[in-house]
Amino acid sequence: MSGIEWLIAALVLIGAVFVLLGSVALVKLPDFYTRLHGPTKATTLGLGSLVLASMVFFNFVQNELSLQQLLIALFLFITAPVTAYMLIKAGMHQKVTAIEVTKNQHLMQASGKKPAP
Amino acid sequence: MMASWTEKLIPTPARSVMLFVVWLLLNNSLAPVHLVAATILALAIPLITASFRDKHTPFTHWRLALLYLLKVLGDIVLANVQVIRIVLGPNRLLRPGFVMVPLELRGALPLSILACTVSLTPGTVSAEILPYQNDPNEDVGERFLLIHVLDLADEAALMREIKQRYEQPLQEMFGC
Repeated sequence: MSGIEWLIAALVLIGAVFVLLGSVALVKLPDFYTRLHGPTKATTLGLGSLVLASMVFFNFVQNELSLQQLLIALFLFITAPVTAYMLIKAGMHQKVTAIEVTKNQHLMQASGKKPAP
Repeated sequence: MMASWTEKLIPTPARSVMLFVVWLLLNNSLAPVHLVAATILALAIPLITASFRDKHTPFTHWRLALLYLLKVLGDIVLANVQVIRIVLGPNRLLRPGFVMVPLELRGALPLSILACTVSLTPGTVSAEILPYQNDPNEDVGERFLLIHVLDLADEAALMREIKQRYEQPLQEMFGC
């Protein structure tokens, strides 16, 4: 196996591990708010790594210029935080309860209130 | 006269360039067909969507923006390693919490960038920008960013880090 192939294998493996752990976080963490952290971060880096592997493969092994994968990364980086924002906002409006150890829970009630006139 | 004519045809040059590049990337080709289609889209879309756009803070500091992007990318990698460590540890050691960060940053675009950055970096997800307002450019006085933190050890340190690491460069970048 050549150096490039080792690199691709490593990138794919790292990506897969991070995506898997992101999903593990979704299952394992105790409440809605902490669960949100898995998919917004681990999955972003995992998919970023997979996308990088794909780019290296097409550009250096297949020898064809392929930058399409950059778009996947771009859209992912734009949409992931927005999705998280909408989910957590919806959660707070629906008064989804956080686990007891959560600090500053009163701040959740500040959400959605209009400023005093 | 010449300047206003080009301004009317291409109101947002950066957006046009981006549309052009994105279209070529989507097709993964430089064939004449795609070049023509990309040009048409790059010219037409900004004109059609002109009435949906809010006025943004003008933005010129490309070098600062690039540095900011690189810093955030680096932080994303670190953030992931941190989050993974927390996720793999036992649940009873979790110290989640909400934090309200006072903001000096103004303007819809810089605030959205800050909120997205916070969501993508170490153990934090931005939840809301307070107080609530309908018009993003209206001045409502003091602003806060409400964030949820996965592992809240030191509130003051976290606030300081967000303000120094992300808010200040954005303020420099947008001059506000």
